[in-house]
Amino acid sequence: MSDIDALEKDILAQISDAENQAALETVRVDALGKKGRVSALMKTLGGMSDDERKVKGPLLNGLKDRVNQAVLDRKAALEEAELDLRLASERVDVTLPVLTSQQGRIHPISQTIEELSAIFADMGFSVAEGPDIETDEMNFTALNIPPEHPARQMHDTFYLEEKEDGSRPVLRTHTSPVQIRTMLAEKPPHRIIAPGRVYRCDSDQTHTPMFHQVEGLVIDRETHMGHLKWVLEEFCKAYFELDSVSMRFRPSHFPFTEPSMEVDIRCRRDGGQILLGEGDDWLEILGCGMVHPNVLRYVGLDPHEFQGFAFGVGIDRMAMLKYGIPDLRAFFSGDLRWLRHYGFHSLDVPNLAGGLSR
Amino acid sequence: MKFTLDWLKEHLETSATLDEIADALNSLGLEVESIENLAETLAPFKVAHVVSAEKHPDADKLSVCKVDTGSETVQVVCGAPNARTGMKGVFAPSGTTIPGTGLLLKPTKIRGVESNGMLVSEREMGLSDEHEGIIELPDSSEVGTPMADIMGLNDPVIEIAITPNRPDCLGVRGIARDLAARGIGTLKPDHIPSVDGKFDSSIKIGLNFPDVAPLPCAMFAGCYVRGVKNGPSPDWLQKRLRAIDLRPISKLVDITNLIAFDRGRPLHVYDADKLSGNIGARPGRKGEKIAALDGEEYDVDETVCVIADESTALGIGGVIGGEPSGVTEQTTNVFIESAYFDPIGIAATGRRLGIESDARYRFERGVDPDFVLPGVDLAVKMVVDLCGGEPSRIECAGGNPRTVVPIAFDPALVKKLTGMDVAPDVSRKILEDLGFSADGSAGSLSVTAPGWRPDIDGVADLVEEIVRVHGLDNIPSTPLTRHHGVARPILTTRQKRLVTARRTLATRGMVEAVTWSFISEKAADLFGAGNQKVLLANPISSEMNVMRPSVLPGLIEAAQHNADRGFGDVALFESGPQYAGETPEDQAVVVSGIRSGATAPRHWQGTRKPVDTFDAKADAMSVLEAVGGPVASAQVMATAPGWYHPGRSGTICLGPKKPLAYFGEIHPRILQEMDMKGPVVGFEIMLDELPEPRSKAGKTKPALDASDLQAVERDFAFVVASDVHADTLVRAAKGADKKLITSVSVFDVFEDASLGDGNKSVALTVHLQPREKTLTDEEIDVVAKKVTAAVEKASGGTLRG
Repeated sequence: MSDIDALEKDILAQISDAENQAALETVRVDALGKKGRVSALMKTLGGMSDDERKVKGPLLNGLKDRVNQAVLDRKAALEEAELDLRLASERVDVTLPVLTSQQGRIHPISQTIEELSAIFADMGFSVAEGPDIETDEMNFTALNIPPEHPARQMHDTFYLEEKEDGSRPVLRTHTSPVQIRTMLAEKPPHRIIAPGRVYRCDSDQTHTPMFHQVEGLVIDRETHMGHLKWVLEEFCKAYFELDSVSMRFRPSHFPFTEPSMEVDIRCRRDGGQILLGEGDDWLEILGCGMVHPNVLRYVGLDPHEFQGFAFGVGIDRMAMLKYGIPDLRAFFSGDLRWLRHYGFHSLDVPNLAGGLSR
Repeated sequence: MKFTLDWLKEHLETSATLDEIADALNSLGLEVESIENLAETLAPFKVAHVVSAEKHPDADKLSVCKVDTGSETVQVVCGAPNARTGMKGVFAPSGTTIPGTGLLLKPTKIRGVESNGMLVSEREMGLSDEHEGIIELPDSSEVGTPMADIMGLNDPVIEIAITPNRPDCLGVRGIARDLAARGIGTLKPDHIPSVDGKFDSSIKIGLNFPDVAPLPCAMFAGCYVRGVKNGPSPDWLQKRLRAIDLRPISKLVDITNLIAFDRGRPLHVYDADKLSGNIGARPGRKGEKIAALDGEEYDVDETVCVIADESTALGIGGVIGGEPSGVTEQTTNVFIESAYFDPIGIAATGRRLGIESDARYRFERGVDPDFVLPGVDLAVKMVVDLCGGEPSRIECAGGNPRTVVPIAFDPALVKKLTGMDVAPDVSRKILEDLGFSADGSAGSLSVTAPGWRPDIDGVADLVEEIVRVHGLDNIPSTPLTRHHGVARPILTTRQKRLVTARRTLATRGMVEAVTWSFISEKAADLFGAGNQKVLLANPISSEMNVMRPSVLPGLIEAAQHNADRGFGDVALFESGPQYAGETPEDQAVVVSGIRSGATAPRHWQGTRKPVDTFDAKADAMSVLEAVGGPVASAQVMATAPGWYHPGRSGTICLGPKKPLAYFGEIHPRILQEMDMKGPVVGFEIMLDELPEPRSKAGKTKPALDASDLQAVERDFAFVVASDVHADTLVRAAKGADKKLITSVSVFDVFEDASLGDGNKSVALTVHLQPREKTLTDEEIDVVAKKVTAAVEKASGGTLRG
């Protein structure tokens, strides 16, 4: 065995014996470092004759390559072993609960108003607004409810203190004054809904002094009760997300519409629950009619030329019906348990393409 | 309005069933509220014959009866003292439920003796309070006949809701007329014979009013009837009144009540011997008192129309009669009043005196002025029929106030307003069936409303009558024209912003509440209500008497309620109105929120910390950013309204006079006043104050400006006086090299004794983005020096070594 063979054998043995990266590095430096044993032999090539170099050169280069490869292989093996060792020691309890970002809730009233907006936007209605504190004129007189009309007493109006000029602002008892404001501010045709807070001086199991209504108004030259019926039918189907709803239109009376109707929806009462779209019972859901000629005259429209309909729906009531919410008063209690239970996820934005609700 | 089926059939010839009538009433706009059909409820309870009744072997007060029910003979143990052999009673078999007690009958043993079913009392049948013994029926009653038939209880009672425009349906005949027009039978002819008086009334009538219009009492008719005999009404009349919850009193009173509900015509009967001199209507006089039939005494004045004789005010005209002049069992001579009172006057009087009466209810809605005289005729006929006596000739003062104004009506309007095809002659027939008169040719009718329809004043009213009777079900659903193939967006900027604001806050863990628009005056004062305070004149309670100047107090109160229930970590918001005054301009839409307790639940990773001002600031900033508010140009000032902690609150604004939002800790003293455990942080965003987003020509976004050159960060720490705002340092640093510096962030702030008293350290990271070539160390140093110089100059601080 030549010296070279002996050296190779020795170094390869050292490499395979190296227990860790540091030991391997020592072996590598001892062999291939500047003062290493293989490097020292390589340096002897310079002093050799051409013939000798032709023989020894390949031998020494072969030695160097093999040692080099052996170091790399050992290094890879050691790394693999070290990773295995590390992985064996690294463990987490994946069943631990994570800290999710806390989700809030959207109140059912806001959600319902957004649902109504989505439905009526599709039918070409825009969303109008008006103040909660109204003049007596806007809330009553303009709507064909003169001062001594019995309907005024039926409204349980909240009054503000009388002013010096004798006028007395009221908290609007319905969203209907927005009709007047819209018709006074803009020229027909009109197609609006007006959701908002309304107030009645009444508080018991089923009444709260504040609640929400949405007003609807269409004024042009041809819209009639047939259109009203269609709009309400389409609205109820879309809102309640039912393929069909059975509705009953009954004549009624409101000072600001003529003819006037009340609308019932077919339902079944099961204990405290009301199930829509089935059964033999009826539930009143809204009042509506053709805008009264006196109301049109008040806003300066000629009733022979312009006509149209108006309707009013209780938003809270619609939310209660659709989502099976039992108690109106809880809507305004600010109880977190109620809000979390009946409220909506922030990403549940009502839209017609995806369905109004999940 | 209540009536019975038999009563209705006195005016309506019909073979329709109860259900058909109820459906027709609903679809005519006479909404059925309830139907009480005793014939149905009491159907299982039938006439039975007590074949024998013997003493119970083990109980003194019980008897053992053999009862023939018509289908079998059963043994019944009965406790009633009047149970005896041979009697006829009402038997409730096993398996039925006793209406008065809700008890379900089962075969049982009473003191060892078998008992099947029960002989019942009136109370047990829910008919009266009578429970002295079981019901005894005449011997002629046939065994097995339903008790309702024998006892005359098989007349269903119908209750309907009457809308204020239909005073004519406050009388049964009006209801019958509507049903007849619908085709549910025919209206029976009405023959009221005129009074054939043989003498002149000794009592004359006067109307004594100043010259006002309308007259409080425009017409007053009356008739003297002598020699009447009062007493209890006959059974049929008592039963009829009881069925509609009226208490029978005496023949004379019952007659007026019957006519009020039969014809919607209120009347009054005076004991003529108690009147002094003539009678009439006049304004009340200050200081006058009226002892009314309801047992109350009322003070009247000149706004009230009274009926008076020559010495005293007798009653309140059209509202309530007086006690002293009323009829009694001993009355022998009467004076019958039938008058027309102004609806508005009656409503005002009734409201002012707080009197609810059947007369007021009818007069304020409008009684038929054409029926004043027929009303006397009808009353006199009934009085003479039931009480005997001899009527005078009719006296009458004033006259019919009704001015008949024909309405020009083109039946084509029905189609135009309703979309429903109704032939002109059908329209005309409907109107005529309802008592309207219609003249002229098909295309232009001249229509006159009958006296009992004061609500009719225009063509729309006529259309309503026609569609109502023809049936709303016949209106064809008609699609609304669609203006755009694909619907256009309709929300205003503010409406969109509200939606975005709400959903942003919900994403941040806040829960939306809706609280009352009115709060207590105390809370309103704490939140800056001031001089413009909007007080309610008639609040529900003193806790809800001022329109809220801020949404925060309602939320704080809600937080307190939640804390009381054990939920101390609260993050609530509300998007809604607040009121600085009572004009529309004073009402603003705000998005407000509060947080109390800790920011997160307890968790093993431990991120829980008490809420602080910066949580509220983060909420406000997130919303402003989400809704496209001017976040880049907005400043934050260390001032806020008085309900915030003076040192821990701020205003996000576009200059000092243009606040967009407030945030901070709520003032501890205010929380104390509200009994709320603090700290609570909150924010208020004035959505109305946000400028409209700048309108752009198109929807394209600007081209992406992303450099390939590596960005560089350099950190700086400055020692500055504690009251220097971090914002000052950030702005100065940003301004040091506007080309290279893309952003500056604060990554550390602390105070420490080593920094010197009244000082703090603020550490900034400055981000540099080279544009043309990679920066050399020298170039970076130049920028760093500029940053240091700018910050030191602006803040008065020094770079920490």
